Amino acid sequence: MAFLSKQNKAALTEPLNLNNPIVAQVLGICSALAVTSQLKPAIVMGLSVTVITAMANVVISLLRKTIPNRIRIIVQLVVVAALVTIVSMILKAFLYDVSVQLSVYVGLIITNCILMGRLEAFAMQQKVIPSLLDGIGNGLGYAWILIVVAFFRELLGNGTLLGFTVIPQAFYAHGYMNNGMMTMPAMALIIVGCVIWANCAYNNRKK
Amino acid sequence: MSKKLNTNSNLYIIIYAALMVVIVAFLLAFVSKALQSRSEANVKIDKMSQILAALNIRDLDKADVEAKYAEVVKDEAKTDDLTYYTCSVDGQTKYVVPVKGMGLWGGIWGYVAVNDDGNTIYGAYFSHESETAGLGALINELPFQQQFQGKQIYDAQGDVALSVVKIGKKIDGLQPENRCDALTGATLTSDGVDQMLKSSLGKYQHILNGNSGAAQD
Repeated sequence: MAFLSKQNKAALTEPLNLNNPIVAQVLGICSALAVTSQLKPAIVMGLSVTVITAMANVVISLLRKTIPNRIRIIVQLVVVAALVTIVSMILKAFLYDVSVQLSVYVGLIITNCILMGRLEAFAMQQKVIPSLLDGIGNGLGYAWILIVVAFFRELLGNGTLLGFTVIPQAFYAHGYMNNGMMTMPAMALIIVGCVIWANCAYNNRKK
Repeated sequence: MSKKLNTNSNLYIIIYAALMVVIVAFLLAFVSKALQSRSEANVKIDKMSQILAALNIRDLDKADVEAKYAEVVKDEAKTDDLTYYTCSVDGQTKYVVPVKGMGLWGGIWGYVAVNDDGNTIYGAYFSHESETAGLGALINELPFQQQFQGKQIYDAQGDVALSVVKIGKKIDGLQPENRCDALTGATLTSDGVDQMLKSSLGKYQHILNGNSGAAQD
């Protein structure tokens, strides 16, 4: 099979839009709400999930013929947990500040429904390369939603992007105020709702 | 044995599970050991920068933290199992005392820098394990920490009078110099900070006031 055959391409690109884990399947919402109050943790979280989904998909796809059916969920969990632990140790060693900010949420990737969903629905049946692409696609699909949500939350909630102030002081002088609500998870849910709406509207128009 | 391995036999499952666990355990132990020195160094630098933050030396570059720490913190002493740091900022002696307590979801901790009168707060730093982002997590930010500057810790009896109280709430006998504002929407975290200060600083009373006594002699 060619590396970028039609099926492989679909495995990579569908999760970005039509079959997006967050906006179409509404999976992995908890972490999407929790880590998106600022852009930087959202980016790191998105990348971590991408790496872990891709690697877990590959490992499970490699093992798929040997995994005993009765303990397959346990095997999947062990693989994911091992990968997550390794990623969190790497973050601690090389990106300490970010790992402090992400705190418990890196650990919670283990229970992220996207991962288990992809392993169970895709990697258990598919060959290695489609699984790898599917993992990357779903990770990126998750990441870009996180980044969009975090962009609006940080901009409107703190007036900053990646920690740099972007809203000019003159705005504040004329009575503009940061919206504290934006830093709370409730507003993240509303923004995710808006993203889902915009995405659906876009896809419907294309039809 | 048949041509195709029976992946559903009990023996296979047990061996598979056992092997998997052993491999994963070795892998994790290896990675952990390999990265240990790096992450320990990070933890150490993080602790130093927290102590410096309590002394109002903030936003240092990671590379400068160790040098600045060596310059400012003169001594780390331990009396009755209570650690405190003797520091010198612009020629003045400050004592930094660690505080530890419970927030809403997990542990909270911090460092409080005290002037050499053993009572006036020079600066404070707080951090947390997993308080709610945007609410309780604000204890980690400057506006909350800054209001502690210049507050008095102890009353005339030597009890901790310093309190974190909801804005506008009237409490009999609480002086403005002992009063800090709680965070809106984070009552339980604020109460946690209040209790943390009361219990931790209470233990340090004899050390801080002992030191100030010596300084005045």
